[in-house]
Amino acid sequence: MAEVMIRMPRAAARTQHPRPLGAIIAGAAALVFVVGILVWDNPVPYGQPGFWIIVESRSVAVATIALVAVCQALATVLFHTATGNRILTPSILGFDALYTLMQTALVFVFGMAATQVEGPAKILVQSLAMMLFATLLYGWLFSGRRQNLHVLLLVGVVLGVGFGSVSTFLQRLLTPSEFDVLASRLHGSIGNANPEVLPWAELVVAAIAVVVWRRRRVLDVLALGRDTAVNLGVAYRREVVGLLVVVAALIAISTTMIGPMTFFGFLVATLTYQFVRSDRHGVVLPLAVLIGLASLTGAYFVLQHVFYTAGLVTVVIEFVGGLAFLIVILRKGLR
Amino acid sequence: MSTTPVITLDGVAKGYGSTRALGPVDLEIARGGVTALVGPNGAGKSTMLTIIGRLLGADAGAVRVGGLDVATAKPRELAKVVSILKQENHFVARLTVRQLVAFGRFPHSQGRLAASDHEAIDEAIAFLDLAHLEHRFLDELSGGQRQRAFVAMVLAQDTEVVLLDEPLANLDMRHAARMMQQLRDAADVLGKTIVLVVHDVNFASVYADRIIALADGGIVASGAPDEIMRGEVLSRVFDTPVDVVEHAGQRLAVYYRPEPVPDPTRSDPTRSDPTRSETR
Repeated sequence: MAEVMIRMPRAAARTQHPRPLGAIIAGAAALVFVVGILVWDNPVPYGQPGFWIIVESRSVAVATIALVAVCQALATVLFHTATGNRILTPSILGFDALYTLMQTALVFVFGMAATQVEGPAKILVQSLAMMLFATLLYGWLFSGRRQNLHVLLLVGVVLGVGFGSVSTFLQRLLTPSEFDVLASRLHGSIGNANPEVLPWAELVVAAIAVVVWRRRRVLDVLALGRDTAVNLGVAYRREVVGLLVVVAALIAISTTMIGPMTFFGFLVATLTYQFVRSDRHGVVLPLAVLIGLASLTGAYFVLQHVFYTAGLVTVVIEFVGGLAFLIVILRKGLR
Repeated sequence: MSTTPVITLDGVAKGYGSTRALGPVDLEIARGGVTALVGPNGAGKSTMLTIIGRLLGADAGAVRVGGLDVATAKPRELAKVVSILKQENHFVARLTVRQLVAFGRFPHSQGRLAASDHEAIDEAIAFLDLAHLEHRFLDELSGGQRQRAFVAMVLAQDTEVVLLDEPLANLDMRHAARMMQQLRDAADVLGKTIVLVVHDVNFASVYADRIIALADGGIVASGAPDEIMRGEVLSRVFDTPVDVVEHAGQRLAVYYRPEPVPDPTRSDPTRSDPTRSETR
């Protein structure tokens, strides 16, 4: 047996050309949509100073979309890697409901005082608290041997409903003015992003993205599951908890900026897995970000600037994402 | 073969709830060769193997492999000394054989494959006769081929100690015999210390240098195949009547039917009776 040494040509075996077609299409589409959002249907003709003022104000929306797309795409793929499944996402497991509950509890406990302090410091504290809760909750859910996806999905849905009910109960006890403030924060849309906080959020997300990118090879090993990862010398528990913290941070940032998005991350990740043949994170992560950018800018551009129905962007994305989720569950089942 | 133990277990115990799964066990396994863990279901073979391979934490006691304490040593250092392959391996990711084997180099390369890594991958692939399959995806392979690919991965890891949990599970006769021969070669040619859980004691008898028999979470017998492959020892270990016969220099356990089989040369009505053979 050992003497039969058939060796493949080295070069052919080594270079695995990642086929960049999907990335090129997604990147080009994102670029077109970004330019479209910025200049299409600009009421001021090109060349006048007002033109650039409008472009500048619209660029806030583009920056917000970019932030959300990066957050959701990275968070979902990383969550899939950390938990060893490709269907459940943090949002489906009640993360958004947790956000709603925390916001409500904040206003309930501190009253209007909670709403008067604004700015990066508050958002930082909020995000940190949310990261802590989410890491504890999902770290506990996915630890141990009860890795049954059906049970997890059920627990996630029940948790989501439970958080939602508690939120609703607390909201009934609020004064109308407090409720008004809370509602404007919970039903966020791309237009509501706080431009003052945006640069800070982008800085944090950029830092996270760099760290994740540098650890992409470890992520490839984590995706092989606990036993194989431990065998290959990865400090599995530490890595997974770290990953869950990162996921929590990304979702917290995205949710703080534009409000809950339940199925967007799922949609992006599932599309990405369809396009790539390789499962390496060095390929999957950039492509997921590009697809997230293209789909969110595309939806925003078409709905805002072609049909003039801006508020519907998240609704349409969630509708398509929810449909995709159902189709995947029905076709493949939970494995 | 030197006599320094490469694996040492000192008072290792493991329980699930109130039931005792293993130990306390003291054990030393010498460097080199093939060691087979045998025993009835629930004897603690796999538990012991996965504790040595640090996939499972022991409740008490200490395990040292290649001079490292598996509970406290750095994961990356351990991964260069001991590799373990469990029986079931389900991946979400879709990998080719070569990509899988390349993961075995991770402890050395941290994912950045150097020329020496590619050589080790080529060697492991050739050693398990997978060269013609190296660009196929794992889910396109038969059970035996996939099993060989996983073994190639742990060989590419190039550790002194290789632990395998039932590498023969789901393999037919031909593939099982080939797999054992390849593992035997890995011990002889590559100088590995191979410890494996095997269900069929006859494979242990024919291919292993040492057999460790476990029952009820403890070691009840250990030694060279000649010492373990005896009717009274095996009958005690497996708690069922076992006969050992010798055929072409190989000691084989026979245990399929407790009462003596009637001579087939005489016409025997039970042989053609289908209900009889079903109830075995």
